[in-house]
Formats: sequence, C-alpha cells, structure tokens
Amino acid sequence: MLNYMRSNRREVIAGFVLVTLLATYLGTHPRGASTYVMTIWANQCLILGLAACAQFFAVVVRGIDLSVGAVMALTNCIASYLLDGSALGIAFGMVAVVAAGAFCGLVNGLIIVFGRIQPIVVTLATASIFVGLALLLRPTPGGAVNYDLADAMTLDLLGIPTALILTTIAVVGFWLPFRRTGLGLGLYALGSSEQAAFQSGIDTRFIRLAAFTLAGLFGGLAGLFYSFVTTTGDAGIAAGFTLNSIAAVVLGGVLLRGGVGTLVGALAGAFILKTIASLMFFSGIPSLAQPLFEGLILAAAIAIGSADILRARNKLEVFG
Amino acid sequence: MLRQISIDSLMPYFGVVVLIIVGSFFFPQILSADYLTQQLQIAAFLGLLATGATIVILLGHIDLSVPWILTGAAILSTALVGSGNPVLNVLAVPAALAFGACIGVVNGIGVAILRIPSMVWTLAVNSMLLGVAVLNTGGFNPKGESSTLMVTMASGDVLGLPISFLIWIAISIALALFLVRTPFGRYLRSIGFNEKATFLSGVSTPSVVFAAFAIAGMCSALGGVMLAGYANQAYQSMGDPFLLPTIAAVVIGGTSILGGRGGLFGTIGGALFITLLTSILSVMQIDDAWRNIIFGVIILAMLLFQTLRKGATV
Repeated sequence: MLNYMRSNRREVIAGFVLVTLLATYLGTHPRGASTYVMTIWANQCLILGLAACAQFFAVVVRGIDLSVGAVMALTNCIASYLLDGSALGIAFGMVAVVAAGAFCGLVNGLIIVFGRIQPIVVTLATASIFVGLALLLRPTPGGAVNYDLADAMTLDLLGIPTALILTTIAVVGFWLPFRRTGLGLGLYALGSSEQAAFQSGIDTRFIRLAAFTLAGLFGGLAGLFYSFVTTTGDAGIAAGFTLNSIAAVVLGGVLLRGGVGTLVGALAGAFILKTIASLMFFSGIPSLAQPLFEGLILAAAIAIGSADILRARNKLEVFG
Repeated sequence: MLRQISIDSLMPYFGVVVLIIVGSFFFPQILSADYLTQQLQIAAFLGLLATGATIVILLGHIDLSVPWILTGAAILSTALVGSGNPVLNVLAVPAALAFGACIGVVNGIGVAILRIPSMVWTLAVNSMLLGVAVLNTGGFNPKGESSTLMVTMASGDVLGLPISFLIWIAISIALALFLVRTPFGRYLRSIGFNEKATFLSGVSTPSVVFAAFAIAGMCSALGGVMLAGYANQAYQSMGDPFLLPTIAAVVIGGTSILGGRGGLFGTIGGALFITLLTSILSVMQIDDAWRNIIFGVIILAMLLFQTLRKGATV
C-alpha cells in the first residue's frame, strides 16, 4: 500500500486535496451532503473532467490541445440537432456526436504528424475552424435535447449521482484496462522520450495520431455531457474550457513535458478546480472578491505542485 | 538585422501583398491610402503585443497573461487620468508601463525560480489579474478617460503615417538591435535552444528570463495604453480577443514556438498579415462563422507551406 502511494504520489496528493475541499464544501453548504447538492456538484465536475481527459491524452505525448473547448462547442451544437426524436435516432445521434469529436481529433493528429507542425499551433488554428463550424450550426444558442435522456444522465441512480457513476465507468471500464495495452504504454513511451520510443520499434506516428484522436473523442464526450446538462447548443463555450482543462491536468499531477501522469489525476484535477469554484459560492467571501480568490488558490495549488523543485540536490536537476 | 530576413519571415509580407491584390478585385477602395494607413494604425496594437510575445517565445516560453496585463494597464492609466489630478495625468503612461514590467517579473519568478511551466503560471497570473480588476471596478466598466497623450499615441499621425505604427516600428527596431547586438539577445536565443547548456556556460539564466518577461509585460501594457487611447476608455476583457491572434502573428512570422529560432522582422509581417486578413474578411461582410473558418484554414496553410518547403530542401 505504502509503495503504491509512493509510486502514485501525484494522484494521492490530488485525491487528498479533493477530499478535503469536498468535505469543506459539503460542510459549509446550507443543504449539507444531500443527493441534490452532490448531483449538481458532480455534473459540473464531470464536464470539466472529460475536457481534462481530452487534454491529458494530448499532454501525455508531450503535446497540447488548444482545441478542446472548440471540439466541445462543435459537438455540443451537433448534439442539439441530433439528440431529440425517436429512441433509435437518439442512439445514433449520440454515436455521431462522439464520432464527430474523434474525427476532429484525427484531423488535428494528421496535421501534426504529417504536416510536422507543433501541436500548440495546429490546434490553435483548428480551434478557430471548429468554432466556425459550430457557429454555422448554431449562430445563436438554441436547439433541444431529449429531456428524459438528459434527466437520466444528469440526475441520480439510487441516490448516487449519475455523473459519479459515469466517472467510475470511465476509470474502471476504460482507463485501467487501456493503460495496460500496447497503445496505453506507447503513450507514456512516446511522451518520455520520442527517440527511445522510436528506436524500440514503436510506431510513433501511429501513437501520436491515436493520442490526438482520443483527445478529440473525449472532447466529444465532454460536449455530449455538456449538452445533457444544459439541453441546448451554444457555440460560444470554447474559450473557458480549453484553458481550464490545461489548469486541471496540471493540478492533477500531469506534467506538461509529457510522459508523467494518469487519467485519474486529470479527473481529480478537474474536480478540484470545480470544487474550488463551488466552494467560493457558499464561502461568504464577497462575490466581487471571488474571482481573485479563485485565481490565488489556483496559483497556490500550482506552486505547491511544483514543490518538487525543493528536492533537487543539484542545480542541474532543475532543468529537467 | 538583415540576417533575420529568412524566407519564412518574408512569407507574411508576401501574404500581405496577395491579400491586397486579391482584395482589391472585390473592393477597389482597399487600394486607397486612407484604408491602408488605417490598417497600419490598427496593426500596431496587435503588433506591440506580438513584439513582446516574440521575445518570450524566442526564450522557449509563452505568455498567456497578455489579455489582463493589457486590460490592467488600460484600467490603471485611464483611472489615473480620470482622477483629474495633473500630476497623475502625466504619470499615467509610465505607471502603466511599470505595472506591465512588474507583472512580467511576477511571471518570471514563477517560470525561472519556481520552475512552473510558463503556460500554466502565466495563465494563473492572468486569472489573478482578472480577479484584482473585478474587485477594483465592481465588475462594471471602469470609470476614467484617456489623456491627450494616449489619444495622440493611438490616433495621431505624422507626415501621413499613424503615430501608433511609428511607435510600434521604433520599438521593434530597438528590440531587434538589442537582440542582435547585446549578449542578452544571444543568451535569449541560446536559452530557447538549450537552457541547460546556457546555464553551464556561466550565464545567469534566471535574470535573462526575468528581463524577457518584463519586456513582454511592458509591450502588452503599452498596447493596453494605446488601445485605451484608441477607444477613449478601458473596458472589461478588452484584451481577450488579442491572445490567440498574437501567438498566430508570431508563428506566421517564422518564429519557432519551441524557442531559439526566429525574429522580430517576421513578427511585424505576421501582425500586418493578420490585421489585414481580419479587416478584409469583415469588409467583405462574411459572417462570423466563415470568418473563423477562413482564418484557421489560412493560418494552417501558411504553416504547412513553411514546413513542407523545409521538407523539400533538407
């Protein structure tokens, strides 16, 4: 157990911070730890959580995805057309929405791999294109999502918020098995050292392509879940989510230089970020001062996360 | 200075010529002197931000705190002028520049001492600045006005050329000379290539990082002051629409986002190109959606052209 905690130090710290924050939140909330409070909290967290998962796949291969928010906006707008009507139509619509997200990621990956351009620049440009497409679909916010489905996805099951169940499914059903596959290991190999990965016979181009496609896929899932929560399509949501997803993965212990961190950490980081925001709401701090406190807490959390620097024995270790 | 002129950095200038020629087929008034000088005036705002961003990107870092340094400087300067006190009126511009430099140093502390990735630290600094601004102004548009000096800097002209454009070019030339002629410039690029090696050569790398971020902060602050002069007021999130075009202008100008390679000559072209592209797309009354799409496609096309050209020669 102790060994496990030591080797997953970053996730353990993030988890600890999250539990403390959540306890404070539920303690200060006027309605306490009711299902209602938990459900609203979990929904907000999972939207950013999925966006952070998307960012994680780009970051772990030493890239960055500035189009996460744009993919969410685009898939959200697609969802607002497809997720209403017959049951079969809706089922098809959900698949189509996620596929659209994955396709966006694939386009990013293809340009990065075959155009040999830095991910940060490529996704900056494609983000503009995706937002443009979203605006073509929904010049003004509107559309609808089937209410029964939205309720099923965003309320609770036997008192447990559905969003938390979905999070568990993502971790246990997807991440834990995935990490042991060749592709999962390849992501870390590529992120740690591209040259070593290449020389070990790993198809680095395929891995990078897959990583960005997965990033798009999770962006699509984030957009889909956002549609369930808001039940409308809005092309203007991109900017906030992209930057927050980067902050979330860093809070969750994922290193921007690649190869370090897990999906669980990214999720924890996103949950921390959202819990801070909800905590502010009930904290009694004057509402005008809340953005400042949010910024201060974010900066402090990031600074503490980099406390590893104090353990450097040699000045050269600092440069990594 | 001449060494900086590579084919990559000439690309945006070539793009500007193509834009003007193609645009003039649809709208002959694009060729008028009025329209072109107005573009130079507007390009100066983006250009100043991009100048600062180039310095930081050459270092191998990125500055995401541009939007709220810009807004903060604008709020600060207009508030000082709005106080009605003649002394504060004179101090408005220097105070805004000092503010930019201070935030730049804060950025530098996080990046050079705490070793936090610049992308995250400057983002956190940006949100703290946002918080301070909201707290200060109560979330409403800040009160205050621009001084005559600020208005002149943004909208005046000398011999038919906009003053804002002249300020931008003068600062670019001064910084370009600074980069080429002083040790600082060489250290800046060498840190961009390999920070460890630069440190081992005996360079005090943290002070170079501090200076670079401070210069970038001052450029953003000056952009904010001039933008406030242009709009005759400061307003919340006036800097947000500038962040991504700034990075795009630097990259199109042939500066590598990884650091070390590139220069200010290309950035001038990049800023001109992006301003002209945005302007022509809005003159043509293309709606927002298509404007975004065309903007993204053209940037991608230019970047692809740059890398594919290298692929053919190397």
